[in-house]
Amino acid sequence: MRTDQFVIAGKEYHSRLLVGTGKYRDFNETKTAIEESGAEIVTVAIRRTNIGQHPNEENLLDVLSPKKYTLLPNTAGCYTAEEAVRTLRLARELLDGHNLVKLEVLGDSKTLFPNMPETLIAAKTLVKEGFDVMVYCSDDPIQARQLEDIGCAAIMPLASLIGSGMGILNPWNLNIIIDQLKVPVIVDAGVGTASDAAIAMELGCSGVLMNTAIAKAQNPILMASAMKKAVQAGREAFLAGRMPKKTYQAEASSPTTGLIS
Amino acid sequence: MNIIVNGETISIAPNTSLSKVIDTLNIKNQRFAVEVNGEIVTRSEHNHYQMKENDKVEIVVAVGGG
Repeated sequence: MRTDQFVIAGKEYHSRLLVGTGKYRDFNETKTAIEESGAEIVTVAIRRTNIGQHPNEENLLDVLSPKKYTLLPNTAGCYTAEEAVRTLRLARELLDGHNLVKLEVLGDSKTLFPNMPETLIAAKTLVKEGFDVMVYCSDDPIQARQLEDIGCAAIMPLASLIGSGMGILNPWNLNIIIDQLKVPVIVDAGVGTASDAAIAMELGCSGVLMNTAIAKAQNPILMASAMKKAVQAGREAFLAGRMPKKTYQAEASSPTTGLIS
Repeated sequence: MNIIVNGETISIAPNTSLSKVIDTLNIKNQRFAVEVNGEIVTRSEHNHYQMKENDKVEIVVAVGGG
């Protein structure tokens, strides 16, 4: 499907599945699962380095080369606009001027629900500083539009709480957001299994971002493969256009004439 | 004099450069970024950057995350 382009901040990607790199057993599992998922954009967190306490500790970027993947540094764990902006400035320095980032400003440690007022403030600053901002947000269509107006590169509403695996809880809000925005809408957070990813794509999302659904599956490598197919299948179903639902009358698929008597 | 690196107090000689501080930390092989007192200090500036008493240094790397 050559015409079905997936473009974020001017760059075209082939995979509509974006994956996180947290919660895996080890770097080997991280690497294999991500390869299996076919994802091109992978999120990373920014944290203090150990200052010589564990000199031989492996580095994530040894496993996930920035040459092979588009790294998407996030602001997970930030609760204010200021912390988030500082973190992403550090990320840009870390990744040699790389501008594509994932903004998330959390409001509550129990639900990890986004703090939207702080998210909007941070988005404004980051866009002004030249970042291409993919932004985790609530599924409020008005705030989603405000984030697009600010100039964010992708709007990423939650399907349900981060790490919950509860699936798409409010498809109606997602529908409104997808309908009214021009930039890619990517479901971020809440996907639990392959059918959830397929539903997100059938709704018309441009992509799906997930971490726990793969990393905490009983077999993460196999789930990564399932998610790759689910995202592709959901996208194709969306493009194909589903048959209309008929709630009132069945319609036979086989001929109604020529029956033996 | 004392500076604070990633929340830990470290004693250094006066007129020490940032790159000297980094040399002592055993992080040479990693890809990292540095902020002093909330401001980025780019890689090209590490050599000339002179540490001052009570400077707050943050050195970060990429780790697994969603």
